[in-house]
Amino acid sequence: MRRVILIAVPYLWLLALFLVPFVIVLKISLSDAAISIPPYTPTLDLSAGWQGIRDFLAALDFENFVWLTQDDLYWKAYLSSLWIALASTAMTLLAGYPIAYGMARAPEEWRPTLMMLVILPFWTSFLIRVYSWMGILSQEGVLNQFLLWLGVIDRPLMILNTNTAVYIGIVYTYLPFMILPIYAALDRMDNSLIEAAEDLGCSRLTAFWLVTVPLSKNGIIAGCFLVFIPALGEFVIPSLLGGSRTLMIGKVLWEEFFSNRDWPVASAVAVVLLLILVVPIVLFQRNQERQQEAEK
Amino acid sequence: MQTSSFEPWNDPDARPLIRFRNVTKRFGSFTAIDNLSLDIYEREFFALLGPSGCGKTTMMRMLAGFEDPTEGRIELAGQDIAGIPPNRRAVNMMFQSYALFPHLSVWDNIAFGLRRDRKPKEEVAARVEEMLRLTRLENFAHRKPHQISGGQRQRVALARSLAKAPKLLLLDEPMGALDAKLRQQTQFELMDIQEKTGTTFVIVTHDQEEAMTVASRIAVMDEGRLIQVATPDRIYEEPESVYVADFIGEVNLFEGRVTPEGEGRFRVDWAEGQPPLVAASARSFAPGQACFLAIRPEKVAISAERPADADNAVQGRIHDIAYLGNLSIYHVQLPSGQIVKAQTSNTRRIARRSFTWEDTVWLSWTATAGVLLAD
Repeated sequence: MRRVILIAVPYLWLLALFLVPFVIVLKISLSDAAISIPPYTPTLDLSAGWQGIRDFLAALDFENFVWLTQDDLYWKAYLSSLWIALASTAMTLLAGYPIAYGMARAPEEWRPTLMMLVILPFWTSFLIRVYSWMGILSQEGVLNQFLLWLGVIDRPLMILNTNTAVYIGIVYTYLPFMILPIYAALDRMDNSLIEAAEDLGCSRLTAFWLVTVPLSKNGIIAGCFLVFIPALGEFVIPSLLGGSRTLMIGKVLWEEFFSNRDWPVASAVAVVLLLILVVPIVLFQRNQERQQEAEK
Repeated sequence: MQTSSFEPWNDPDARPLIRFRNVTKRFGSFTAIDNLSLDIYEREFFALLGPSGCGKTTMMRMLAGFEDPTEGRIELAGQDIAGIPPNRRAVNMMFQSYALFPHLSVWDNIAFGLRRDRKPKEEVAARVEEMLRLTRLENFAHRKPHQISGGQRQRVALARSLAKAPKLLLLDEPMGALDAKLRQQTQFELMDIQEKTGTTFVIVTHDQEEAMTVASRIAVMDEGRLIQVATPDRIYEEPESVYVADFIGEVNLFEGRVTPEGEGRFRVDWAEGQPPLVAASARSFAPGQACFLAIRPEKVAISAERPADADNAVQGRIHDIAYLGNLSIYHVQLPSGQIVKAQTSNTRRIARRSFTWEDTVWLSWTATAGVLLAD
């Protein structure tokens, strides 16, 4: 009995907070937009009994999904999101790996402080941090002022409201998610493995490639997924830092929902995004499981 | 096993493979190795023995190239090796933790060093197979290190470090992680492999029994200095200092003052109202010099009556008996309060043991059994 309760709690949690909302979104995506409250039809009328349910189901269709394939806005937004998420994941990896490596190599007494510095940004609101990047990157911003003062440039650079700003924002925001799993993997690594590799004829660099990198592989994979998955559906960063030409599916979804008030199309966009995300999430889970296997 | 003729350290023409020349190594203000000179010869199985922190691991790491001496020079086959990185030395090391690459199979672990030399594939494969046969690991070639036992991992580490046929193999506490039974078996395997490959082995250990079993010569170290370098039997039978006598095996120490009696015989006055002890020594001592007489428990005989012809005999009461199955060690308390250990072989059944607790007994030994050491 106790086991049933123990298992039931997480399942109820998942059911109430994941599955039920998903079914609602799925249902809306199969509906039609309407000027009413709520802004879609049909709505389920249980008072009409069995006939009501049948009428309700008959009114659902895949029209909105077909629409997504007809207007090139959507698939372009998906592709562009995928590209931005992939590129910024790669950039986050390039920035995060050396930091994690440096942390793992740092003297023991420094590590808690360095770890603190990585986590510190989480103490303030994400939104405020993105806003402050607007202050840094804008044409009158700190960065441009500094570069002008240095004399490196003679006209302010246009960074804010471009894709560059979106990349900077994503890399900045998700960097800790990349650093922490890689650091965890490197920290566990026995330093005598590197010495053994050198003893057997490796230079420092080959020892790094043949031993350090493969042994931090699971950390790299975990970090990449932790950045890629949220970056794909990212909405705040492109809408605050990106320009009118920055095309990301999160932003499209937001506009369909709030500007167009087309809930069914917005829901269809969300369902497709979810289906796209299922692939990396499943791969991520599998990586985690394999890692746990290996550690047994 | 070493043949009796293998004694290059006694041959003035023999060129040592390794020479430490006045080597000092400091870490900050801590002196790990203190002006140390040592020769190690080819095909030797040389043991560095000492308590933890005595500098034995630092010696090994300097040979491997992970540390450079602060002063002095280290020569390998006549060449100064300072500044040569570990990957360019004809020296391989077997790590205490084994340091097997967890992401590679046993086969790939052994092949790792060979591949770094860009050897042709067939040559690598042949050498790996040879190493697998040598260490009896043929059936485990495709397992990962976490899928094999501790003893097998130890053999993989050995095979990997031998694969490149180094001039010198360094073994850092190679049996530290094995249980007693496996350790004994492995010691003999190690000697076998050393003999088959003809490689010079330098082993670091804090286990004196292990050093005695495997080594052709032992260097006893303390606080960054060599205390004595000699063959196992000489270390045990003829220690040159109280430290070595006490470090290797069990020993009884009588503190006293010597009086030469001629012909290499000395009288040792060691306690008020007790007859002096007699000891033979090739060394010379000044009359009245403070000294220790060291005597091993197995060289002390125990009897109910005073043996008539004994050079030395002291009376005491049995305070404790350590029964080890094959041996019994009697802890005998002398009137002065000192405990002397006497060891006997249990050739008879325990029920027929002659002595028991609180019995008054005589301990006796010959003049040549003990070793006289200056304080």
